[in-house]
This record gives sequence, structure tokens and C-alpha cells, in this order.
Amino acid sequence: MTGFLDNLLNGLALGSVYALIALGFVTIFKASGVLSFAHGSLLLLGGYLVAVLHDDIGFAGALAVAVLVTAAVAGALDRLVLQRVGTDPHSAHVQTIVTIGIDIVLVTDLARRIGGDLLPLGDPWGNSVTDLGPVTVADSRIAAILVSAVAIGGAFALFRFTPWGLSLRAAAEDGEAAALMGVRLTRVRTVAWCLAGGLAALAAVFLVAFPAPGLERTTGQIALKAFPAAILGGMASPVGALVGSMLIGLTEAFVAGYQSDLHVLGEGFGDVAPYAVMVLVLLVRPAGLFAAKGAARV
Amino acid sequence: MLPALLLCALPFYLDAFWLRIGLFSMAAAIGAVGLGLLSGTAGQLSLGHAFFLAVGAYGYVWLAGEPGPGLPPAVAAVLAVLLAGAAGGLFSPVAGRVKGIYLGVATLALVFLGHHVLLTADSVTGGFNGRSVPPLEIGGFTFAETDPELTVLGVPFGAEERLWYLGLALFALTWFTARGLLRGRPGRALVALRDSETAASVMGVHVARYRSAAFVVSSMYAGLAGVLLALSFRRVVPDYFSLLLSVDYLAMIVIGGLGSVAGATAGAVFVTALPLLMTRYADQLPLVATPGSGDGSIGPTEASRYLYGAAIVVILLYAPDGLHGLTRRTRARLRRKPSVTGPPDAGATPRPPGTTANTARTKEHTP
Repeated sequence: MTGFLDNLLNGLALGSVYALIALGFVTIFKASGVLSFAHGSLLLLGGYLVAVLHDDIGFAGALAVAVLVTAAVAGALDRLVLQRVGTDPHSAHVQTIVTIGIDIVLVTDLARRIGGDLLPLGDPWGNSVTDLGPVTVADSRIAAILVSAVAIGGAFALFRFTPWGLSLRAAAEDGEAAALMGVRLTRVRTVAWCLAGGLAALAAVFLVAFPAPGLERTTGQIALKAFPAAILGGMASPVGALVGSMLIGLTEAFVAGYQSDLHVLGEGFGDVAPYAVMVLVLLVRPAGLFAAKGAARV
Repeated sequence: MLPALLLCALPFYLDAFWLRIGLFSMAAAIGAVGLGLLSGTAGQLSLGHAFFLAVGAYGYVWLAGEPGPGLPPAVAAVLAVLLAGAAGGLFSPVAGRVKGIYLGVATLALVFLGHHVLLTADSVTGGFNGRSVPPLEIGGFTFAETDPELTVLGVPFGAEERLWYLGLALFALTWFTARGLLRGRPGRALVALRDSETAASVMGVHVARYRSAAFVVSSMYAGLAGVLLALSFRRVVPDYFSLLLSVDYLAMIVIGGLGSVAGATAGAVFVTALPLLMTRYADQLPLVATPGSGDGSIGPTEASRYLYGAAIVVILLYAPDGLHGLTRRTRARLRRKPSVTGPPDAGATPRPPGTTANTARTKEHTP
């Protein structure tokens, strides 16, 4: 029973970190139709900034700087590179491939700086644990759930209550009509990229915190696991991304937790289980769980 | 005709290092042409190419080797290509219905799941350390150093020279079949599909069937590339077939120019040869350190990754049709104003690397 609760909590913590990343994918996709493959490198950038700054200005200061800088870099990438390719929906494919190029350059550079090291982020939770009734949880996991809940709540409030959120929803619904009504699409999408970048930097902290050993050059690849989460939800639905992330997080935690009963599937199947779940869902619903069924009129 | 002759003559003049670069480039070109069919023509993004290369490579190794059925290597090679096609076919319920970028993400699953299987099923794949590749053998002629010993015109024919001609033959096969597909009915159907799914289906294109067919064909080309790669490497290891490899292939078709066979080939040569050349000449290049000379410095692998990551961005920003489009436009400009640029065959504009296949066309200016 405690094993089950352990896995459940781990899964929720993991899921909430994926949700931070997946929400970024979805925001960008809603605003620009681009699937950002540069997200892993933005996450790595955020983590790297915290790692190099925390000695001098403390963890909180380093995190604040990292979130702001990553957001600025993401926004700048959109403004200075992607929007030059074009902003119409037809160029979204091309922009997606451009993000792959950006990712290669950024990851190469960050990986070169990180080298073979494991960089600590100096987070305040360390390796302390808390007893919650029958189960023992790492403090970093609790922090992950709480902080993600606040950040995701904040993002949803932005979508729902701010003029930018209204513009974003209008742009996602029908970009041309929104533009005619006075929505500045370029500005809306740049802000969306900034938001996604900030969320990615925040996610980096919890991906690297205990029990993970520290930031390494491959940490950015973990962001790719949020792809299944976003796809499961249907890519354009923030709520879907949230549900998808929890599903992916729980799957991963339970498969890893019951590893010994699943040895047929091989060691470390937990790491790839999210992708297996994604393929199964796509077989049944090719556009994701929460996607509205679009009709083509001829 | 001239480039073909030139390619056939090369093994008499180049040493093994250059031949190996050529072999890897040819293998990559075969795979890139396949991916070009899928992504460039059908508009379906695929990041699963590394998986199909792995199926081809490991399929050949297992079918021809011990442990395994130990089939004659030539049969094993053909079966490995079919196996890659079958793997693509198994994925076709997804590939047929899932569109564009979504498919790109769905195929990520293939790479990660495939890598997991390669590590886990070690009775077939040899696990983390991989397996050595049995040499190809057709009618008593072995594509390896010996058996039979062979010297042509005073040049000893080792594994590289022999495989070079095999690679050329396979590449020619790829080149002509892919052009046939692109210029024929299937190619037109796929272009219609890319431009508008609705319009295409109204015109009678069976959307899901064409999408899965494009996926299957593209994975068969990848399987063939995998077989040739395995033969050139002589050992296959799981870590080679990672997401990075898939991204490399995407880089090839983008740099070369989407939707053209010549472009995919040029891109493949560029992306494949660049890191190998940089490694070889690391000590002579500015800013590039020799491999393993400590952290913080830019090694040849990193330098080439910077270069082609940037190449993807710059090409899509300024020349969305890639090297292929650049050469075409340059050629058109040369033809329009021959008096301004001097004699047309003087090569007034520097040509981008890796477009040797196209250069012969300019010969039509000479009487």
C-alpha cells in the first residue's frame, strides 16, 4: 500500500513538472502554430543559469534571473528569428524546423559549457524528506507540486482574465479575424514565447532537484517527454496538457515503481513508457484526447 | 554521365579515409532521399528515421549472422529492407491518420522505444555493446578485404573499394526509383496532399493510404541506408541510432532543399562529411581544438554541430529551397546574363559544397 502511495506522489510530482513544460508547448502552439523543439535547450539554459548564479546571488535570486533571462531569450528567438520566416499558418512547419536548428546550436553550446559535470543548483530543499502519514516524501517533490500548482494557476489566470489572454484565445480561434479586430498577433505570440520560456526555466529546477543528481548536458532531453503530454491533450488545449502531463507522470512513476513485476519489458522501461502511452492514444484518437473535431467544408 | 564516371574512378585515386566518407555519405543520401519523399513531398515531418535505419542495420546483422538464422547475406540484406518497410507498415495506423508536425512527435516514440528495445533484446542485438556485422557476399564474392584477393589496375581492392561500388549501385537505384516516384502519379498525389488535404481527397487521392504508403516507402529507403551503414561500420551499436541521428537526417533534407532528390543528396554529403573532415583537420582549423583536448574548447564535433544548426536556421530564413534552389537560381542567373559574368563555364560563382551531381548540367553551354 505504501508502495502505491509512494508511486502516486512521485507521479503527481513528475506530472506537475511535465505540466510546466507541456503548458509552454501548448501556449506557443496556440499563439503561433509552431511546435517548439527548442524547448529542451531553453530548459537547459534556465537550469544552467541557476547553476552558475546561485553561489553569488542565492538560490531565489538566481532562479528569478534565470526565469527572466530564459523568457527574454525565448521572446527574442521568436521576434528575431521565427517571425522573419513568416507568421502565417502555412509557415508554421518551416518555423518548427527552424526551432530544431536553434535547438542544435543552443544545446551544443550549453553542453560544451557543462561538459561531463553534474552541476548542483543549490536548491533549499536538499535531500531532506518529510513523513506524511504512511509515506515518506522528498521535500523537493512537495515543492514541485506546490510551485507548479501556483505557476500553472497563474498561467491559467493569465489566459482567462488578462487582455493578452483574450487576444491569445482569439488568435488561436481565428488568427485573421483576430488581426482584423485589432489584435497584434506578433506581440501576442512573442509574449506567449516569453511565458513558455519562463515556465521551462522553472521546470528545470525541479527536474534537477533531489533525487536527480544535478544538471547534466542531457537534462534538456527530458523536456521531450512533455511532448507526449501535450499531444495526449490535443496540443491546443491547456487543460488537456495538464491532464496529459499527470497521465504521463503517473505512468512513468508506476512503471518504474513496479519495475520488478514488469521485467519482461526490460530495465528502464519507465523512461520510455510515456511514448508507448502516446502511441496507444494516437491510435485511438489521432488528434489527442481533448481536441475539438474540426470539420472540413467542401 | 560525367559525374557517374567520375564517381566510378574515385576508388583508384583516394585512400580509405576519403572512401569511407564517401560511403557514409552515400548511405546517408539514400536515407535522406527517403525522408525527402516523406517530409518534402508529402509534408509529413518524421523524427523516426533513426529507428528505421536501426531496423535495417540490425535486421541485416541478425538475419545474416550468428545468433540468428544465418541466411546468405544478400538475402538477409533484401529481407532487412523489407523488414524496415514492414516496421513502417505497422506504424501506418498512426502514420496514415496523424498529420504533419503531430506525426513528427509521434515518431519520436519510435526512436525512444526502438532504442530501448535495442538495449534490452540483447539475444538479437547484442545489447549495449552491439554486434559485429557479417560482410556481404554475392555468389562467392565477398565485400571484405579478402576472398577473393583482388587487384584492379594495380590498385588493391579492399573492403572500402568494393563497398564503394556497392554503395554507388544502391545509390543509383535510389536516385532513379525516387525520381520516378516523384515525377509520376504518386509524387503528384503526395504534392496535392501536402498542399491541401481536402482538395486532394476531392480529386480522388486516398488520403490515409497515400500517407501510409509514403511512410512505408520512406522507411524502406531508410532500411537500405541502414544496411549499407552497417556494412561500412562493420559494427552496429544502439547509441548510434539516437534522436540526434534523426535530427541529422532532417538537417540534411532542409539544408539540401525540401522535395528534391539532388538536394537531399547534397544535404546528406554536407551533414555527413562535415564532422569527419573537421575531425581530420582539427589541428589546422582556427577556433577548433583537437578532440579530447579538455573542456571548454570547441571540438570538431561541436564545431560541425554549430555550423549545421546555424545552417538550418540561415537557409530557412534566406533560402527556403536549400542548396538545390540556390544552385538552380545561380544557374538561371548565369544563363540570363552570360556577357556580364564572363564565359559561363568559367565557374564565376563559387558553388556550395556537395553539389557535384549537378555541376555537369552547366556543360550544356558548350557547343
